[in-house]
Amino acid sequence: MQIEGSCPRTQRELIELEFIEHRTKILDIAAFLDRFDRSIEHNANDDFRIKAFREALAALNSSEFGRVERIQMLLSDLSSELRAERDGQSAYGAAKESEQ
Amino acid sequence: MMNYIDLHAHMVSRTTDDYHAMALTGCVAVTEPAFWAGYDRVSASAFADYFKHLTEFEPQRAAKYGIQHYTWLCLNPKEGEDRALAREVLAIIPQFLERPNVLGIGEIGLNRVTRNELATFIDHVELALEHNQLIHIHTPHLEDKYKGTKAIVETLASNSRIDPSRVLVDHVEEHTIRMVLEHGFWAGLTLYPMTKVSPSRAIDMLEMYGTERLCVASACDWGPSQPLAIPNCMFEMRRRGHSQQWIHEVVYANPSRFLSQNPKFRLAPLEQALVG
Ligand SMILES: [Zn+2]
Repeated sequence: MQIEGSCPRTQRELIELEFIEHRTKILDIAAFLDRFDRSIEHNANDDFRIKAFREALAALNSSEFGRVERIQMLLSDLSSELRAERDGQSAYGAAKESEQ
Repeated sequence: MMNYIDLHAHMVSRTTDDYHAMALTGCVAVTEPAFWAGYDRVSASAFADYFKHLTEFEPQRAAKYGIQHYTWLCLNPKEGEDRALAREVLAIIPQFLERPNVLGIGEIGLNRVTRNELATFIDHVELALEHNQLIHIHTPHLEDKYKGTKAIVETLASNSRIDPSRVLVDHVEEHTIRMVLEHGFWAGLTLYPMTKVSPSRAIDMLEMYGTERLCVASACDWGPSQPLAIPNCMFEMRRRGHSQQWIHEVVYANPSRFLSQNPKFRLAPLEQALVG
């Protein structure tokens, strides 16, 4: 895997091309968290998905390369056991604590 | 306009308008893996009807737009939990394998990563080996992707009869791409809004891992997905500063190399000349 210099755009060009798009995304995340606080009923502050989401945000702050891969792992079920049977058709986006 | 191949498109769930738009943007061939109908089918005869649709009606519909249509057959991972049904469906697949647009077995794999799903996956791999077929693999979504991809890669790597260059592991992401490529398999990046990868992230991975044995596809189906995901990604590649040759490698030459391992996959002569 090559990291250094693998993106053909300069940092200046990346800012010109993509800053506004990602500025929008970060404001959307902030607004989601504010909306969560304003909620009519606080009944899911310890939901496994919101916990994983907050961990992912902390990992986003790192200055070390490899943020996407680390966040992917934070949002993954890291157990290697096969489920005894199917519990439904769809995944949730983060691992339930009992499965980690 | 540059031509492209979409090696993962569930066209049975798309309109003729989509074929039209794909043709206008340079799509010359699609390959359609067998998938879930949105509900669990109750009998093998429902699968026989589906396989007929994939091998008779759909190639005719595509041909009207100058698009070559190929397909992969299986009972998909979302239905793999039902072992009895899986055995019945596995028994009818061989009678369809000789059809002219069938390229192999797929998309097989895991969904919620259960014991039964793995057993059904292994049965399909055995069927593919027995009939010398290419294999197209679906890896699970979201939190299940890492453990499911690991189970699939370990299962295949422990089978000495598997030639990894004849297997494409699809829906890889940042945390699964390395294990797939390191074992010698082909890898697919799925340009699917929300639950898979964006064009930007797909290009990031292509830049870091190189273009060898990597393909992109839309995986368009009846969910929120884009039949024009590949031309959109090609636009993003140009915006990122990549050359026409680099883009051509990813969207045309690579899928053509993988798929041509089945002699039934033949692009029209002009297209063939472009592969080089
Ligand atoms: Zn699919």
